Amino acid sequence: MTDSTAPAAALRRADLSEERLKRRYAAEKRFRAYGLAAIFAALAILGILIGTIVWNGHTAFVQTHIAMPVYLDPEIIDPQGSNDATVIQRADYQGLLKTSLRERFPEVTGRRDRIKLYGILSNGAGFDVRDRVLADPSIIGTTQTIWVKSSDDIDSLVKGYIDRDLPEGDRRVKDNEIVWIDSFAADGGVDTKFNTTFFTAGDSREPEQAGIWGAVVGSFFTLLITLVLTFPVGVLSAVYLEEFAPKNRWTDLIEVNINNLAAVPSIIFGLLGLAVFLGVFGFPRSAPLVGGMVLALMTLPTIIIASRAALKAVPPSIREAALGVGASRLQVVTHHVLPLAMPGVLTGTIIGMAQALGETAPLLMIGMVAFIVDIPGGVTDPATVLPVQIFLWADAPERAFVEKTNGAIMVLLGFLILMNALAVLLRKRFERQW
Amino acid sequence: MDAVAEAEAPQRALRNSPKMTARQVDVYYGETKALKNIDLDIEENQVTSLIGPSGCGKSTFLRCLNRMNDVIDGCRVEGDITLDDVDIYRSGLDVVQLRARVGMVFQKPNPFPKSIYDNIAYGPRLHGIAEAKSDLDDIVEISLTKAGLWKEVKDRLQAPGTGLSGGQQQRLCIARAIAVNPEVILMDEPCSALDPIATARIEELIDELRQNFTIVIVTHSMQQAARVSQKTAFFHLGDLVEVSETEQLFTNPRDQRTQGYITGRFG
Amino acid sequence: MNSFILIAILLVLSSIGYSFGQRRARSLSGNQPSALHSRPQYYGLYVALWCGIPSLALMALWLILEPQVAEWMLISSLPADIQALPADRLSLLLNDVKNLASGNIVSREVDAALQSAADGYASVRQIGNAAMVVVALAIGVLGLSFARKRITPGLRARNLVERTVSIVMIVASTIAVLTTVGIVLSLLFEALRFFSKVPWYEFLFGLTWSPQTALRADQVAGSGAFGAVPLFAGTLMITFIAMCVAVPIGLFSAIYMSEYAPPKMRAIVKPMLEVLAGVPTVVYGFFAALTVAPFIRRTGESMGLDVSSESALAAGVVMGIMIIPFVSSLSDDVMNAVPRSLRDGAYALGATKSETIKQVIFPAALPGIVGSLLLAMSRAIGETMIVVMAAGLAANLTADPLEAVTTVTVQIVTLLVGDQEFDSAKTLAAFALGLVLFAITLTLNVIALNVVRRYREKYD
Repeated sequence: MTDSTAPAAALRRADLSEERLKRRYAAEKRFRAYGLAAIFAALAILGILIGTIVWNGHTAFVQTHIAMPVYLDPEIIDPQGSNDATVIQRADYQGLLKTSLRERFPEVTGRRDRIKLYGILSNGAGFDVRDRVLADPSIIGTTQTIWVKSSDDIDSLVKGYIDRDLPEGDRRVKDNEIVWIDSFAADGGVDTKFNTTFFTAGDSREPEQAGIWGAVVGSFFTLLITLVLTFPVGVLSAVYLEEFAPKNRWTDLIEVNINNLAAVPSIIFGLLGLAVFLGVFGFPRSAPLVGGMVLALMTLPTIIIASRAALKAVPPSIREAALGVGASRLQVVTHHVLPLAMPGVLTGTIIGMAQALGETAPLLMIGMVAFIVDIPGGVTDPATVLPVQIFLWADAPERAFVEKTNGAIMVLLGFLILMNALAVLLRKRFERQW
Repeated sequence: MDAVAEAEAPQRALRNSPKMTARQVDVYYGETKALKNIDLDIEENQVTSLIGPSGCGKSTFLRCLNRMNDVIDGCRVEGDITLDDVDIYRSGLDVVQLRARVGMVFQKPNPFPKSIYDNIAYGPRLHGIAEAKSDLDDIVEISLTKAGLWKEVKDRLQAPGTGLSGGQQQRLCIARAIAVNPEVILMDEPCSALDPIATARIEELIDELRQNFTIVIVTHSMQQAARVSQKTAFFHLGDLVEVSETEQLFTNPRDQRTQGYITGRFG
Repeated sequence: MNSFILIAILLVLSSIGYSFGQRRARSLSGNQPSALHSRPQYYGLYVALWCGIPSLALMALWLILEPQVAEWMLISSLPADIQALPADRLSLLLNDVKNLASGNIVSREVDAALQSAADGYASVRQIGNAAMVVVALAIGVLGLSFARKRITPGLRARNLVERTVSIVMIVASTIAVLTTVGIVLSLLFEALRFFSKVPWYEFLFGLTWSPQTALRADQVAGSGAFGAVPLFAGTLMITFIAMCVAVPIGLFSAIYMSEYAPPKMRAIVKPMLEVLAGVPTVVYGFFAALTVAPFIRRTGESMGLDVSSESALAAGVVMGIMIIPFVSSLSDDVMNAVPRSLRDGAYALGATKSETIKQVIFPAALPGIVGSLLLAMSRAIGETMIVVMAAGLAANLTADPLEAVTTVTVQIVTLLVGDQEFDSAKTLAAFALGLVLFAITLTLNVIALNVVRRYREKYD
């Protein structure tokens, strides 16, 4: 080492002066503060997001009811006295309610005012009466106090979404309506009760009669199709690519292709579904069958990638051990590798399903955005899904749909959290140290 | 903090005390005790080598000397370690200052993914040793020269440091440590990833660096310890079994275990 | 539901075949399994596969082809003057016939001819359905008995089964490729039809976008009503705003999480950020339209600014929020891949933590981070629901983020939702936009995935 003769004196010691260190530590502190601020910003946004949804949505789970004394007039309900359920079912219960409203407020006479007065009750209030009568036909002919649904405007007023102090012209609920509802309230006849309709009904133009059940069932059928199609195909492809495929151009292509497919915008899958499933194959529009197929193609890469990772995590020694005792490669996979990788595969599948459950855009393309009142009975019935229902309600002009939208979002988030918790649980339960 | 800086060499020379001392040092990783009651002096301008079977705690001890253990979660150090009679674990002491004075070279060469020049200039820029380009150029040249790498790389200073061979990378890392002009250089098995020829060059280099720096080297090779160091400490299962002049330790070990290790009965 | 029952029957038949095959193999070997080439289960599987695969394949084919055959038969049964109708009117008529046949509401007077056509169509469908059930079952039974006959102790059942299974696996893994091919072909095909009506250069470089008025024949192509530049500009602006929100927050939180946060904090905060990633985009859209947009509008008005209620800013900010977890988790991964030895090297020289991050880790991780940002950007470009709900419909060519702009995805949705005619330039334009969107996101993804992969290989 002949070249190491340079004078050591030329090297200077570090500048460890107080001032310079202070500067460096200030920079350190600032940097750290930026990081902390970023995290707080993200968490605050999450808090605001969830907070506004819960704040605006928790009231969707209750509905204002009004205690109406109704004379269950046999002349109207069952003139022949047949006691036949189909006759009783068809009677004009809304009319009975109107009669008792007129009796309670005899001072309301004008046609317009009358319509206003009837309007404090929901159009579907008659169903509440009907259900009571059907449950116990013996009450026909008596006067019963029955809790019936109020209209959506009254509901909003009672829940405090409409400001009574605004000038009358700026307010959806007019002064006389407030007088009427206050008169019920004075007798303890206004109360919010658990909103069963919200969980059992399909969509409706009337907010107080609209529910998410139709969308939930639609989501269920759609996800069922997705799962049935994507799980076997995904697992089989993953097993092939990870355990059997020769390393050549073709498998490289498949691999690159899967990675890219995972990042293709979801709306593109909707276009594919529209052009191929509806256009070429002529499958029915708005059906969970097609929706499920589109979502299956969309979640396929997620499941393949997750399953491959799970398969990769099984140590080669296990494969070698099984091959060593004379198992065929397929036997190695089905007897040893796949069972060991199953928790990972299932976790990936659940995450893929959660992704599919929250997806909206591709379903708009294949017509699952229609206004559908009926609860779908199968995979070819027209249906909508929860996120699309949220999208539809978000667009509706009525004030009361805002809380319904938020409520539906809470239900959707609830399902998603449940699925993710299941995935986490699965991962924790079967976590293995090789 | 300035207390450390003020502990200047003249005073030390008067007292004639070791450069670094360790007294009753215990190190824990979580619940397990990795080092037990270590007492060791490190003399100025000497090479001290730490030997022992793997897992004996020699690397752990080395990393205590510039507090590199701080970055490991759950690692706890008890006892006193001093640099120029100042406790380096006392509260208020700054690890940045400490590491500027006690540099380190690692087992695997770890050049930054930057140019050769920037690798060397990183430390001086960090500590404000040189701001001007010409000063930096000088430092880079001197450091590379001292590390015996200047001739090989002077024409491609802007090439990435990761493109060098293993031995060159390790000399680059040594040059990088030298550029800050520390007082002590810690080396953690610096040759274990290198071929014999590169190893020989590094060993030569260590011997030359002893003129200006105090060096502590961890090695798994007893021959290396015998070749480069003046003083050798033998660690076993977290204990410091024996420490003495290198020659004496290898020719006339006092402890049964040392005897066993150097004659190859275990290790 | 009929086909589901058939599928169930075929599956039951296959499992019967399984036990048949197994029993047959056992009895042929004289209850000495060692005399067989393979274990008895494989003979069972052999029969089951012969029974199930051909019949199910036939059924799938039938389900796909039958509607078309029925429609073709329907058209050829119609009077000649109706057959000569232009395509769009014919398809309306066919729709009505189909609706009438399945008992739905029809949009026109039902006359005798229509009724008879509907009856004919219904009976064709019925016969077709029945024929499918019969043929599928017959093939299933045939396959079963054929395979059962072929069983001999020397039959290499395991090899045959394994070969079949591997063919099935290859087919399964080809589906992903077929999806891509399907996407490219369907987009290309429809887009080419669009470009035959509107020249491609007008589409790509035209400055005016108003597909609504272009329905009138004299305006198509001539007026440049399909100039997509305002959409590209709007998409870019919203993406840019989103990146401005997501990059600093995402990167800094990734840095804090991977370098500073104590394990306890990480254990709490990380899942919470993941929640942010799991929120469906429709929820973000609702949040943007109902909370963020009014907030920005009010804030702007209090500062004397005129803010559109569908401002690009609102949509962009919320889209940024959506991709924060994306940016942060990807860059977290990337920075964690930087080897520990580099950190040690910097610490040993006396660098502080932030100096190590800024000067060593970040530059080392830069290619990977750029890759993840590109991926995040491609996601923002392709995101649909947030902009559908919070951005505008009018195609303004503007650089003011407070004005309403529209994006490629918004236009795809508005052009296609509720529209039935498949041939108008308007619907076809959606596919042309889809093609552009696909090409851009694909390019970004390919580049990003390559960069990230090369980066990973470097530190593996």
